[in-house]
Amino acid sequence: MRINFQAIKVIYKYEMLRAWKTLFQSLASPVISTALYFVVFGSAIGSRIDTIEGVSYGLFIVPGLTMLSLLTQSIANASFGIFFPKFTGSIYEVLSAPVSFFEIMVGYVGAAASKSFVLGVVILITASFFVDLKIAHPVWMATFLILTCISFSLFGFIIGLWANNFEKLQIIPLLIITPLVFLGGSFYSVSMLPPFWQTVTLFNPVLYLVSGFRWSFFEVSDVNVGLSLGMIVFFLVACLAVISWMFKTGYRLKE
Amino acid sequence: MNPIVSIQNLSKVYQGGHQALKEINLEIKEGEILALLGPNGAGKTTLISTICGIVSPSSGTVTVNNHDIIKNYRESRELIGLVPQELTLGAFETVWNTINFSRGLFGKKKDDAYLEELLRELTLWDKKDNELRTLSGGMKRRVLIAKALSHQPKILFLDEPTAGVDVELRKDMWNIVRRLKESGVTIILTTHYIEEAEEIADRIGVINNGELLLIEDKKELMQKLGQKQLIVEIKEPIETLSTQLSKYSVSLSEDGSKITYTYDTRGDGTGITSLLQAINESGLSLKDMQTTQSSLEDIFVNLVHDDGGDQNQHKNSKVEKPHAH
Ligand SMILES: Nc1ncnc2c1ncn2[C@@H]1O[C@H](COP(=O)(O)OP(=O)(O)OP(=O)(O)O)[C@@H](O)[C@H]1O
Ligand SMILES: [Mg+2]
Repeated sequence: MRINFQAIKVIYKYEMLRAWKTLFQSLASPVISTALYFVVFGSAIGSRIDTIEGVSYGLFIVPGLTMLSLLTQSIANASFGIFFPKFTGSIYEVLSAPVSFFEIMVGYVGAAASKSFVLGVVILITASFFVDLKIAHPVWMATFLILTCISFSLFGFIIGLWANNFEKLQIIPLLIITPLVFLGGSFYSVSMLPPFWQTVTLFNPVLYLVSGFRWSFFEVSDVNVGLSLGMIVFFLVACLAVISWMFKTGYRLKE
Repeated sequence: MNPIVSIQNLSKVYQGGHQALKEINLEIKEGEILALLGPNGAGKTTLISTICGIVSPSSGTVTVNNHDIIKNYRESRELIGLVPQELTLGAFETVWNTINFSRGLFGKKKDDAYLEELLRELTLWDKKDNELRTLSGGMKRRVLIAKALSHQPKILFLDEPTAGVDVELRKDMWNIVRRLKESGVTIILTTHYIEEAEEIADRIGVINNGELLLIEDKKELMQKLGQKQLIVEIKEPIETLSTQLSKYSVSLSEDGSKITYTYDTRGDGTGITSLLQAINESGLSLKDMQTTQSSLEDIFVNLVHDDGGDQNQHKNSKVEKPHAH
């Protein structure tokens, strides 16, 4: 099989270049909001909260906060990356080029995931100014980080393909992702909830992400780490399946 | 010679049921300039978009240099450059970056020297670092042309290249088209303007309502255009033409009251004088006389209006009243 590496390269490169131009906005806003969370939750409120499972509150929320930015930014980057050329019509060029849909996806999703990864690292560095951050399992931490960046960039790509106006582009992150992150144990341990709500939370996929990610830092988790990893891989594969179906049918790309 | 693009029974029905292409059959020869004429909504853009891979065909096949556009899309698309009808460009990238992007999409290595030459030819070189959104409409069209040529295609599609374009750009564009043709590139362009097709094309196709109504060498078309017809109305209808008259390329109308003579205005002698003499000698007396000429415009308007009906309706131009003998 032939692969048009040159095409993947230029899609990736120009997507990264686009981010480079707006580097300040792309990094400043997540960094500032993370810092604010630390001031409000970590210092002001956190000082009145006991340690959670032996971890100080300020430290405890680091993985959840990182995930919050990672998820929203992965989705925003990837969905916008493919939506904008559809919106301007310049997508014609990609469709008429000797590129496979797979290559198109690798280019766009790869760029979005890379941006999120950088963002995740920057947020962790920011956090380290506020708390004494120690990572118990750096390799697992990186694995969770990378898998999350990729799978939510894939998810964002789906939204970008599906959306045919700006409202639709915004609605899923706003209506679904943000609540899921807040209710997924980002700022508390699930064990702090009443039993009924604990069970409900088990249906929230973000719980598995945050829990696994947190485990890689502090070795405390709400659910089994293997389950976390399994869930995230499952989500990634599900997104790939949806995308390949969309491509096969030319969904909202080709008439 | 094998056709470079071969279209067989190509149909396209859009979602919602509109049939934009109806069983199109067309072979495009390597190295020719083909102009597709047709009114708004005829299906020109749909046809081009299908060949280029932007629209999926409903049925039929298209091959480009013997590569099926679906099965072997890489091989077929590599050969094609497309300048779309609409100014569909991104906003924030620079001219230089966007043409490099185009070239890369087609799998080609960077070639700064070629791209610089291309931008200079399109007088875009001094705009190379400008963002696309800051360009005027005409400049955007130049950028679209540069993008299409960035990967040195063998076949170039120009979808209404002269819409909203000033004289200067039009001149530049035709120069580029001529240069490309000399280097062996096949060019397919769509237009609403007959003069444009006449000026530049080797062959002319007319599309309406998704049907290809006519496809013909421009020379032959022009020859037809150079022809005029003289219609002589006679007082008493006749059954058959006299032997003297049948020597001329004349035809008799069904009711026997009109004799039509076709002649070439570009010839040395039109033969009208001797024909009239022959009519006179055949003992026929004239009632009225007129000449008609069909222009490409007439053919076009006519084809398009009654969809392939009578192809030879004529522009009537009354000339001198016949002098009674
Ligand atoms: N995406 C689409 N969905 C549904 N119908 C479409 C679509 N694109 C074009 N059509 C219809 O198909 C027909 C042919 O359109 P097309 O754009 O091919 O015409 P055209 O010959 O290029 O016209 P123009 O000279 O205006 O550019 C029109 O009736 C148009 O409304
Ligand atoms: Mg059109």
